[in-house]
Amino acid sequence: MPTATTRAVCNNRPMKRLPRLSPELAPYVFLSPFVILFAVFGIFPLVFSFYLAFQTWEPTGGLAAMQFVGLDNFVFTLQDEWFWKSMRNTLWLALATGMAQHLVAIPLAYFIHTSYKRTRNAVMGIYFLPYITSSVAIAMMFSTLFSTDYGLINQALHGIGQIPGLGWLAPAQPIDWRNTAETIKPAVATVVFWRYLGFNVVLYLAALQTIPQDIYEAATMDGAGRWQQFWHITLPSLKPMMYFGVTLSVIGGLQLFEEPFMLIDHRGGTDQAGLTTAMYMYRTAFDFNDFGTASAMSWLLFLFVALLTWLTNRAFKEKQA
Amino acid sequence: MPGFRATTIAGKTFWLVASLLACGLAQAQSQTLSVAAYPAVDEIIKGAIPTWNKLHPDVPIRLISREMENHHTAMTTALSTRSNLPDVIALEFSRLGRFASAGGLLDLAQPPYLIGQYQSRYVPFAYKQGTTKGGAVVAAPTDVGPGTLLYRADVLQKAGVTEAELTQSWESFVTTGLKIKARTGAYLVSNAGDVKDILIRSGIKPGDGLYFDAQGNVLVDSPRFVRAFELARTIRQNKLDGKIPAWSNDWTQGFKSGGIATQMSGAWLAGHMAAWIAPTTKGLWRVTQLPEKTWAAWGGTFYVIPKNAQNKAQAWEFIKLMTLNRDLQLNAFKVRDAFPALLDAHTDPFYDEPLEFLGGQKARQWWREAAMNIQPIGVNKLDNIADEVVNTELDKVLNHGKDIRAALADAKALLDKRAHRYDARRLQ
Repeated sequence: MPTATTRAVCNNRPMKRLPRLSPELAPYVFLSPFVILFAVFGIFPLVFSFYLAFQTWEPTGGLAAMQFVGLDNFVFTLQDEWFWKSMRNTLWLALATGMAQHLVAIPLAYFIHTSYKRTRNAVMGIYFLPYITSSVAIAMMFSTLFSTDYGLINQALHGIGQIPGLGWLAPAQPIDWRNTAETIKPAVATVVFWRYLGFNVVLYLAALQTIPQDIYEAATMDGAGRWQQFWHITLPSLKPMMYFGVTLSVIGGLQLFEEPFMLIDHRGGTDQAGLTTAMYMYRTAFDFNDFGTASAMSWLLFLFVALLTWLTNRAFKEKQA
Repeated sequence: MPGFRATTIAGKTFWLVASLLACGLAQAQSQTLSVAAYPAVDEIIKGAIPTWNKLHPDVPIRLISREMENHHTAMTTALSTRSNLPDVIALEFSRLGRFASAGGLLDLAQPPYLIGQYQSRYVPFAYKQGTTKGGAVVAAPTDVGPGTLLYRADVLQKAGVTEAELTQSWESFVTTGLKIKARTGAYLVSNAGDVKDILIRSGIKPGDGLYFDAQGNVLVDSPRFVRAFELARTIRQNKLDGKIPAWSNDWTQGFKSGGIATQMSGAWLAGHMAAWIAPTTKGLWRVTQLPEKTWAAWGGTFYVIPKNAQNKAQAWEFIKLMTLNRDLQLNAFKVRDAFPALLDAHTDPFYDEPLEFLGGQKARQWWREAAMNIQPIGVNKLDNIADEVVNTELDKVLNHGKDIRAALADAKALLDKRAHRYDARRLQ
């Protein structure tokens, strides 16, 4: 309740009324911050990039330097052997890392789910840690690990070679992981696998927790072993999450950029063995100053991502039916 | 699953939009002279600010400093939108051609600037490097990177070879390298690619560029490239290079330990070596001219004014101060190893002082000689991609034994396709 004093103050200085917002306008006003930001940072770059895909543009010459070239950028990209080389690299990396992530994440999540009770979240957190670690820190750490003469990976391989009977496993010379065309992709794939495994484990753990315990109890009553339970209950129940996880891996894998860019170099390494399409696109725009072709490339990559996502959708639907 | 990689592109777009929004702000600050630069040019500018403030107390300098790559990307964006442009931009030697050819920079040869009257005061090749095909002078040089050969005197002595043998010709450079490798185990060079890089700069016809001639024809299958590739291959086949990328840990380690016998580079590398790369090797290094007296520049800095800059007159005053003031040029050399583009500075007794790191050698005289002999190279907007194409083919030759002529023919085919992309359209 207002006291006499406050009432007096209010009386002395009557409060100004804010202009009323009409109920018709209110939704638009409240939505506008998002709509404006989305239009500027979401819609505009999309439209601009689509427009650029049909132009040739020397950016330092200003916006007036744009020239319409029709479909030239698309035709050029489709005939460009470097574009296809980058696509092959990208697909290799997406497939190698994507498959490995899911094939390891599912059993690992099942293991964590069934073997840890109180410490489950802590264990999950440890696996998730690489996902939230800065890319630069990861690149620095793996650069040290992959170092030819002083790296732990080569040291470990050398150590294995010293064990009697395992000498054939160790290479004769220390492997120059980051400067040899044949080893660049496995090196990058290792980093990507290590980084995103935890993310997938978290996805599958979340899905595992939604499977009712009764089903497992009933199966136990029927005499099903742990392996049978995993194969006939856990795996089928995880399918929706697999679909989600695989879709994210397809999209993410095809847009791979940071890891090879930082671990190898911006060129993609020796013989461009680590050059992904996203990197080539970036270089075409910012190193080679060909924004038109880079935009065309980005739309072609988008179509490819869309196609593979649709195929993933089809693959999982068929299995469900 | 990798995160959403479009963030990098989105970031660039953000700057594009932010530049537009900041346009108004830039106009409000028209009394400030904004200068965009990268390390260590930014430090040199900071050192010159007190002198500028004395001369122009009413025009403060706003220095915008970014890392080298980011700086050039940001300047591309600023010029593309013609907004929030700095009044003065520092450009690195290798990026100059790309910026100069697009027509977004002020021609300093025109009144009221008339840079032509100062031409004789600049290192000749550096001045010509800022001149476009159309004759416009869009850049004023402030420092140059005259290239010389740094070598380990102790390693050469141990191998029983002389400097003369090393530099007589490129072929003798390699044969001397064989002796060094056999007797000391040291690599001749860190990377065979370095030798290719310098050899393709040797014997360029006047008016030609590195990869293209003045008409835009591709030159990568010329004898210049064949020889460069052959020598690089000989070096790799004889294990005379460590396949070590520049600026890597193995690179600095190689310099410290004597595992790398020579390094071709700009004058500035000796300063970096003494300061942080290998200070413990003081007195062991020497400088000499490159084999066959090949002259080349590694790096260098230019100042440009965008056509749409707010304070063109003050920007020109600033450029004159930075590039034509002897004391500031010398100070940049003494403190930041930025070799002066101003000839007046070259007569200072500082050039005759012995360098302790180089065993008391008067190395600055060598660099001065190199700076005066370097020839300007024509630039093409496809130079960057040509560099990439040639390096990729060299990788194939060195690592997979690809035939050199086939590799260069492939490089030419790739570049021809890019160089003549829009020819048909232009003819229509």
